[in-house]
Amino acid sequence: MLKTFPKGGVHPPENKLTSAKSIKRMAVPKVVYVPISQHIGIPAEIIVNVKDAVEIGQVIAKSGGFVSSNIHSPVAGTVTKLDLIIDTSGYKKQCIVIRTDVKNEANFQEIEYPLVKDIILEPKAILQKINDYGIVGLGGATFPAHVKLNVKEGTVLDHLIINGVECEPYLTADHRLMLEKAEEIMVGVEILMHALNINKAIIGIENNKKDAIDIFKKLTQNNQKIKVAALQVKYPQGGEKQLVRALLNREVPKNGLPLDVGVIVHNVGTIFAIYQAIQHNVPLTERVVTVTGKKLENPANYWVKIGTPITDLVNEVGGLPEGTRKIVNGGPMMGKAIKNTDVPVTKGTSGILVIADDEASRGEPKNCIRCSECVFVCPMGLEPHLLMNLSEKGLYERASAEDIMTCIECGSCSYVCPSHRPLLDYIRFGKQIVKKLNTAKN
Amino acid sequence: MSDSVLYSIFLLASLGIIAAVVLYVVSKKFYVYEDPLIGEVEAILPAANCAGCGSPGCRAFAEKLVKTDDISDLFCPVGGNPVMKMVAEVLGKTVAEKDPTLAVLRCQGGCDVRPKTTEYQGPRNCAISAMIYSGETDCQYGCLGDGDCVAVCKFDAMYMDETTGLPVIISDKCTSCGACVEACPRDIIEMRPKHKRDLKIFVGCLNQDKAGIAKKACDVACIGCSKCDDVCPKDAITMENNLAYIDPILCTLCRKCVEVCPTHSIIETNFPPKKEKKVEAIVEPEKIKTDA
Repeated sequence: MLKTFPKGGVHPPENKLTSAKSIKRMAVPKVVYVPISQHIGIPAEIIVNVKDAVEIGQVIAKSGGFVSSNIHSPVAGTVTKLDLIIDTSGYKKQCIVIRTDVKNEANFQEIEYPLVKDIILEPKAILQKINDYGIVGLGGATFPAHVKLNVKEGTVLDHLIINGVECEPYLTADHRLMLEKAEEIMVGVEILMHALNINKAIIGIENNKKDAIDIFKKLTQNNQKIKVAALQVKYPQGGEKQLVRALLNREVPKNGLPLDVGVIVHNVGTIFAIYQAIQHNVPLTERVVTVTGKKLENPANYWVKIGTPITDLVNEVGGLPEGTRKIVNGGPMMGKAIKNTDVPVTKGTSGILVIADDEASRGEPKNCIRCSECVFVCPMGLEPHLLMNLSEKGLYERASAEDIMTCIECGSCSYVCPSHRPLLDYIRFGKQIVKKLNTAKN
Repeated sequence: MSDSVLYSIFLLASLGIIAAVVLYVVSKKFYVYEDPLIGEVEAILPAANCAGCGSPGCRAFAEKLVKTDDISDLFCPVGGNPVMKMVAEVLGKTVAEKDPTLAVLRCQGGCDVRPKTTEYQGPRNCAISAMIYSGETDCQYGCLGDGDCVAVCKFDAMYMDETTGLPVIISDKCTSCGACVEACPRDIIEMRPKHKRDLKIFVGCLNQDKAGIAKKACDVACIGCSKCDDVCPKDAITMENNLAYIDPILCTLCRKCVEVCPTHSIIETNFPPKKEKKVEAIVEPEKIKTDA
C-alpha cells in the first residue's frame, strides 16, 4: 500500500497531456515585462532607469526587505519603460519593460551546463547565494527560498523533503524536469542538505510518474541519505502539510510550519534553481511552464524566460482554439483565470491551461443540501460549508474560531460540491478579512 | 370543601408575597443608576440604528453623547443639524454645525460606454470579485456592478439600474450614513456637501490610467487632460495620477468645467433652467452632448 495523507482529498481526472513531451526552449521574446512583485512579501525595488542597458542575469530590482527577493534581467537589452502592466492578479502592477537586443548573441546562446557535483561553498555562503540569486518557491506559492531556509539556531531539523508530487491535473513541468535534470536535482538536494546540516532527504513522487520514480530509484540506489518514496495519487498531496503527513506521518500544527516538526519542504523546481545558482552562478530568470489544454494543437513544456507574454506561449502551441472560454495561470484546481494573454510569465507560473466552453462552466449555485461531501474531502479537516456561511454572513470572529485561517485553498470542496456552491470563493474572502482583523488586533 | 379553597388562597397569596419581597430586595440590591438624559437623547435620535455616527446604534450614540464632555466632534448624519441642535439643548452642550452631505457615485461607466472584456462567473459580490481580479471591463477603478452598496443601504436609497448596471442613489432618501462608502471595495462612492438645492458638480470617474488606456476602457473616463483645471476660476480642481478632482468647498458651481470636458466625465446634478433636470448621478453621455 502506497503512502498518502489520511484526511480528505480528491482525485480529479489527471489529463497529463504533456508528460511524454520533453522540455523545449521558447524563443526569446522581443520584449519582456518583468513585474517587481513575483513573490510573496514586499515587492522588490527597481534599481534601473529607462534607457539603461542591462545584461542577462543583472539585478534589475533589489529585494525590498527580508521577505522579498531580488529580480534579475532575463534578457540582454534596454529598459524601455517602467510601467503598470496587468499581471496574473488581474490588476495593474509595476513592471520593468525590457526590449531584447537582437544583436547581442548572449540572448540566443543555448548554454549546456555540465554537471558539477562538488560542493565547494560553506553553508552560510550557500544561503546567501540563494538570497542573492532571487530563488523563490517554484511550486506556485513563490515564497522566497532564503526565508524558508533561515532556520533559527537550536531548531531540530532531521528531514529535507523534496516535493515532486505535482498533484495538479494537466501540469507536467515538475515531472519533465525530474526526468531531464534528475542528476542536477540530486546535487541540489545535497547542496541543501549540506547547507542545513540535515542527514536525511526524501523525494516524494506520486505514482502516476513511474518513470521519474525509476530514475531517482536508480540514482539513490547506493545512497544512504537520500530516499525516494512513491505516493498514492491524490490531490492535494503537493501541499506541504499533506506531504509531511504522508511521508513521515507527522502532523504539522495548525498555523504552524513543517519546520515545527523538524522538516523543510522544497519543490523540485526550486531545487534545480538552487543547483543552477550555486554551481553555475545562474540566477532565476527562466522556468519550466506547461502549456496545455485538450483543444490545443500541440500542448508542450517549455523553458520560458520570466517576463515573456503568455501570448507568445499560446502562439507557440498553435494559437487559441475556437471555443476557448478560460485561460488559467496554473493548474485547474488552484490556478487563476487571467484577464488576457498579455500577462507576463512570472516566477510562479507553472502552467498555462486553456479550457474550452464545455469544461469552463461553474454551474448555477443552488442551496446546500447538507450532504457533507465538502467535509469529507477537506484535507485540513475543516467544515467548508460552515466557513462559507459564516463569511457570507459576516461572522468573522466565529469563522476565525472555526480555523478558517488553516484552509490551504486547495479547492477540493468547490470541486465536489453537487450544488455548485462557491465555497472557496467565500472562504478565501473570509480569510482575507480575518487576516486584516488579526493584524489590526496586534 | 371550604377548607381546600381557603388553603389555595392562602398558599397563592403567601407565594405572591414571598416573590414580591424577593423581587424588591433584588431590585434594590442590583440597582444600576442610569442617566435619564440617555433615554431623552435616544428619543430625539432618528432610531435608524445605521451606525453612520460610528457608534453601534442610536442607544450607544446617546450614551456617548451624554458621557462625552465635548460633543462637537460627534454628529448624527441621518438627523443632521436639527437633531443635533435638539440634543445640544437637552444636554446643555454646544455642537458644531455641519454641512449636510450626500453620497454620489463617481463612476458612470455603464454597460453601453464601458464594454465588457471578460465574463465573471463567481459569486455576485463586489468584495469577492474585487479580490479575485479587476472586474469584467478593462477599467480596474470603476464600478463592479454587483451591488454591495445597495445591499447595505438601510434606507432604500439605492437601487441597481438594470440598463446601465450601475447603482443609483436617490438623493431624497439618502441620509449620508456612509454605509455604502465603506461597502464599496473600489471607493467609488463619495460623500459630498449637499449645497443649496442639492446642486453638485463632480468628476464621475476614478480612472488613473493614461488617456489612451482609460478612453479605450471606457468612453466617459477622465483622461487627465486638465482642461477643466485650466478653465476653473477658483482653483478648485486638482490633477493627480491622470485624474481630476473637484474640491467641493472651493467649487462655486460655475459649470465651466462641465462644458470643456471632452469625455463628459464631469457630472452636474439638479441644475434647473436651460439644462435638463438630472436627478440621478448617472447621465447618458449623449444627453450631455446636447446640453453642452
